[in-house]
Amino acid sequence: MENRAIFSGKLLPYLLILPQLAVSLIFFYWPALQAVQQSFLVQDAFGLSTEFVWFENYINLLQTPEYYHAIGVTLLFSALVAFFSLGLGLLLAAMANHNIRGIQIYRTFLIIPYAVAPAVASVLFIFMFQPGLGMIARALQRGGIDWNPVLNGTHAMILVVIVAVWNQISYNFLFFLAGLQSIPKSVIEAAAIDGATPTRRFWTIIFPLLSPTTFFLIIVNITYVFFNTLGIIDTATGGGPNGATQTLVYKVFQDGKVGTDLGGSAAQSVILMIIVVGLTAFQFRYVEKKVHY
Amino acid sequence: MAIRQLGAAAAVAATLALATPAYAVTEIQWWHAMTGPNNDVVVKLANDFNASQGDYKVVPSFKGSYADVLNAGIAAFRAGNAPGIMQVFEVGTATMMAAKGAIKPVSEMMKEAGEAFDPKAYLPAITGYYSTSKGDMLSFPFNSSSMVMWLNLDALKEAGIDTPPKTWPEIFADAKKLHATHPTCGLSLSWITWGLIEQFSAWHNVPIGTKANGLDGFDTVLEFNTPLETRLLEELVELQKDKSFDYSGRTNTGEGRFTSGECPMYMTSSAFYPNVKANAKFAYTAVAMPYFPDVTAAPQNSIIGGASLWVMGGKTPEEYKGIAKFFTFLSDTDRQVYLHEVSGYLPITKAAYEKTKDSGFYEKNPILQVPLKELTNKEPTENSRGLRFGGMVQMRDVWAEEIEAALAGKETAKDALDKAVSKGNAMLRQFERTATK
Repeated sequence: MENRAIFSGKLLPYLLILPQLAVSLIFFYWPALQAVQQSFLVQDAFGLSTEFVWFENYINLLQTPEYYHAIGVTLLFSALVAFFSLGLGLLLAAMANHNIRGIQIYRTFLIIPYAVAPAVASVLFIFMFQPGLGMIARALQRGGIDWNPVLNGTHAMILVVIVAVWNQISYNFLFFLAGLQSIPKSVIEAAAIDGATPTRRFWTIIFPLLSPTTFFLIIVNITYVFFNTLGIIDTATGGGPNGATQTLVYKVFQDGKVGTDLGGSAAQSVILMIIVVGLTAFQFRYVEKKVHY
Repeated sequence: MAIRQLGAAAAVAATLALATPAYAVTEIQWWHAMTGPNNDVVVKLANDFNASQGDYKVVPSFKGSYADVLNAGIAAFRAGNAPGIMQVFEVGTATMMAAKGAIKPVSEMMKEAGEAFDPKAYLPAITGYYSTSKGDMLSFPFNSSSMVMWLNLDALKEAGIDTPPKTWPEIFADAKKLHATHPTCGLSLSWITWGLIEQFSAWHNVPIGTKANGLDGFDTVLEFNTPLETRLLEELVELQKDKSFDYSGRTNTGEGRFTSGECPMYMTSSAFYPNVKANAKFAYTAVAMPYFPDVTAAPQNSIIGGASLWVMGGKTPEEYKGIAKFFTFLSDTDRQVYLHEVSGYLPITKAAYEKTKDSGFYEKNPILQVPLKELTNKEPTENSRGLRFGGMVQMRDVWAEEIEAALAGKETAKDALDKAVSKGNAMLRQFERTATK
């Protein structure tokens, strides 16, 4: 009781969270507010002429068919990447959770892809999948598949999904492995004694007990797909062919950096921000109820 | 003890740092996008200039890709510390010139600095791209190239083609013949819109847009969805079906398909030369771009690609004097000849071109003369002087998307071109609105 008196001041807790607060304000809230401000302006690249236009940038945006196309592409892309990177991450983690010789080495190797920058990962895969040059592209062509990601939108989508999944699997693997190791062995052994098959043990015991990890990873993966895959798309396909791999974040980048249309680009990032905030809030509100901690 | 030593070292360093500005050398920042051997050329030019006099120091720094340099320059200008010289690619020209106040036109700067400067000394096919419609030079051409058709002579011979193709109908016929020996690609090209729209229009003396392709004003309107352009695209769509023609992407990432021997006919920049020389294991040559012989004006003249040096606004007269001296230094005939022969860039002065010609250099290196012959083929017209469309960097992507849709069989060639024109026009109107008047 006596000790608590030392922390009685109301100021100290605020002082202690001040560094974190400052970081959030400077690096998150301030740029976000600037984006909101910019989205109401029409401005040339050098900032020499500025016109305040209220919601015109938003209205223009909602009238372009490409924007809706980009929404569709983003939904498809995130669903595919989240599904495969979570699924494969879980599969690998379940495999690596056994006691076999040299397991430490396998685990280390499984983590390495996460250390590769997205753009670099893209280049590595381009070397393999470039028609005419890449080994895998040649193998596919010899196998009778007309592999051509520069012209075929489906192939381009497959290519960026493969790179994004490969890049993200390690992260998911790491969290799933930690999650698996925290599940008490006694529960699983008891089920085994009762005669439950490994598959049944997985789906009725392990998977539900993993749900906090899975829930966390779904949110992280969706944020990853929405924002961090920019480098992959830019290097591998440039959003093409014919917009087949143009996601929302890539369009923000294209219109802002390549097209120097800062107002339009800012309007898009504001909408993107709202979507991701909404999505995360939705998940915490509804999906979290199904999670057992 | 250690701390005291450190303090002493800091004091010495501080004294040295304070002592240096006493020499009063004016520093000129030069932001560029050159890598590899081309970066060495930039560094050598700066070093040679700095050694040639003591008043000015040009400091080159590499800032990434062309788009990166442009964006870095824009950001620096907004923050109030733009470099003196910025290398900007040809499609960024409209963005730069629209920013009055952000830039200093080269001809104006040369006059104010009192440098001897004769615009007529420069090759009009090159400087025209970077000049106002009145002929005032806005930016200083640095590395220029044009588009040529690269041919794998061994592969052509194998397919029974004895004379290099000159026209599009001959190219189409040869691409079909090559299909037997090269089933994955007979013909291809890099920089799809530069080749099929920009160069194609200039070479056939037809406009891409009104107002002399935008040179006479930002209220230009695109109009390249013509029967002639449609005919070219329709032929290529047809050839794409069996890969007699095969698309290689929007930039030059597909160039390896020529040097590896996969694509025997490949249209791309003349700056591809050092790469071909180093990597092609077959007999090769480069010829002028093909044309439709029933278009009486064709071939007209080609247009350039590459980049130029822009001088940024708001600098001191002393800095402008230094930059003006540097540009005079770059224009020196012997230096231009040297740069041309070493790097493969096109010379920018008439004197340098004449001197290289007289020295017999082109007899040994005929490929290097092909782009120059294209550029100087005829006196440039309104349709072939160059182009200046706002947002051209992104416009190329928008046009390429439509061409891709046509080649993939999702749209007809005519629909694709109509869409490319209407989307492009929407972008032009947006740009016109933000351009400082």
